[in-house]
Amino acid sequence: MPAITFIHADGKIERVETGEGESAMQAATRHGLDGILAECGGNAMCATCHVYVDESWLARLPAIADVEDALLDGTATERLPNSRLSCQIAITPALDGLVLRLPERQV
Amino acid sequence: MTVPNSPVIGPSAVPHLDVDPFAMSFFADPYPTHEKLREAGPVVYLDKWNVYGVARYAEVHAVLNDPATFCSSRGVGLSDFKKETPWRPPSLILEADPPAHTRTRAVLSKVLSPTVMKQVRDRFAAAAEARVDALLDKRSFDAITDLAEAYPLSIFPDALGLKAEGREHLIPYASVVFNAFGPPNQLRQEAIERSAPHQAYVAEQCQRENLAPGGFGACIHARVDDGEITATEAPLLVRSLLSAGLDTTVNGIGAAVYCLARFPDQWQRLREDLSLARGAFEEAVRFESPVQTFFRTTTREVELSGAKIGEGEKVLMFLAAANRDPRRWDKPDSYDITRRTSGHVGFGSGIHMCVGQLVARLEGEVMLMALARRIAKIEITGEPKRRFNNTLRGLDSLPVTITPA
Repeated sequence: MPAITFIHADGKIERVETGEGESAMQAATRHGLDGILAECGGNAMCATCHVYVDESWLARLPAIADVEDALLDGTATERLPNSRLSCQIAITPALDGLVLRLPERQV
Repeated sequence: MTVPNSPVIGPSAVPHLDVDPFAMSFFADPYPTHEKLREAGPVVYLDKWNVYGVARYAEVHAVLNDPATFCSSRGVGLSDFKKETPWRPPSLILEADPPAHTRTRAVLSKVLSPTVMKQVRDRFAAAAEARVDALLDKRSFDAITDLAEAYPLSIFPDALGLKAEGREHLIPYASVVFNAFGPPNQLRQEAIERSAPHQAYVAEQCQRENLAPGGFGACIHARVDDGEITATEAPLLVRSLLSAGLDTTVNGIGAAVYCLARFPDQWQRLREDLSLARGAFEEAVRFESPVQTFFRTTTREVELSGAKIGEGEKVLMFLAAANRDPRRWDKPDSYDITRRTSGHVGFGSGIHMCVGQLVARLEGEVMLMALARRIAKIEITGEPKRRFNNTLRGLDSLPVTITPA
């Protein structure tokens, strides 16, 4: 199964194995990773699973849908060009090794 | 759709249960029946009302997330809109399916977005502080009337842009709406019989000229100018906020205060770390599930976890039972403010998940934070009284005494 790496705001690194068909958010919450809140449970309604995607991976991710785009305007920490909601990043074998940076807070 | 490893069984093999989940005795203590429903099977049949029921997390989540099969346009209560005339014009969002739902949902999502929450946050927090000031003056009070109701009433109607007169209709109107999702029992019949003045008030307030500029209501009407919705749709979308935006948060905040008063170790934990306030509210929504149930109607014959359900059948989802399903939750009957609650179905799930969830969380968070910062102890000083409703779970009164920090 593909694995992805989360880098916490304090620099701590956590590598997480993903499960079949999981989103980056689901893999993170299943492993009890701090720093992803996911209050709406992955319904793209809350903007509390915000991540900054490592620049080298950005182009390989699925495009941002309108709903995600609107939610990203309301994230707790600043929206940057590499901001995404991790519930909208479905992990495929091509994303094995993906690096995501966590913001300081989600609310 | 199936949850894996279930053998296919015909309708006759679905366990029939003789329980009434809308009876007063059930409301008084639903938990033994919730367990019975969960343990009987993944899908059950309730002979009392001739409906299917799901009470385990996996099946509740599955039904919520398959709106094409389990539709909302035939009503999310027991009444099937295909066979009966609804008691009021159907909601354009709650009682609608895609693609119609997609358009109206987008409007309310924008009006209640994370960006808007950032704008109202300071105002909501200041009102919570003012409420705690008033409570500290009183020391002994009813945590439902003076806190769970008083706080949302001090902010939400203003945030909507409602006139000052007539607001006393708001909670009674919501009570009718949530009773009306139930079966034709006494609660529902009496609620509808007495609903005329509340309905008249709400219909009037939903009109554009009665909503103050800058409020949520005016923001909905502004979408008419963009062509996103029509002038006849806008008032009905405002009505959705009036129906579902107040009584739900009253019961949510009431649930949180009731939990924190009952479990002093959790109150202590919150006092030591105020950043847990939002989690404490969310866990109360899981633990008490202010919205207990909703129905869906099947659009075709479907197999759910091995059970065959025909077309046009009502399926009752026990959100509260799913939120305490031991298959999904560790120590489900414990209130733990540090629990990872993501995935609970207290706000629903899927396309109809509560559109006001961000408002509810904001109100809950700032209120609990204000309480925990300034109050050392909350003691229950009298027998809590339950308020009975076909859909909502909450208290009618909760006498408490507080000790200042």
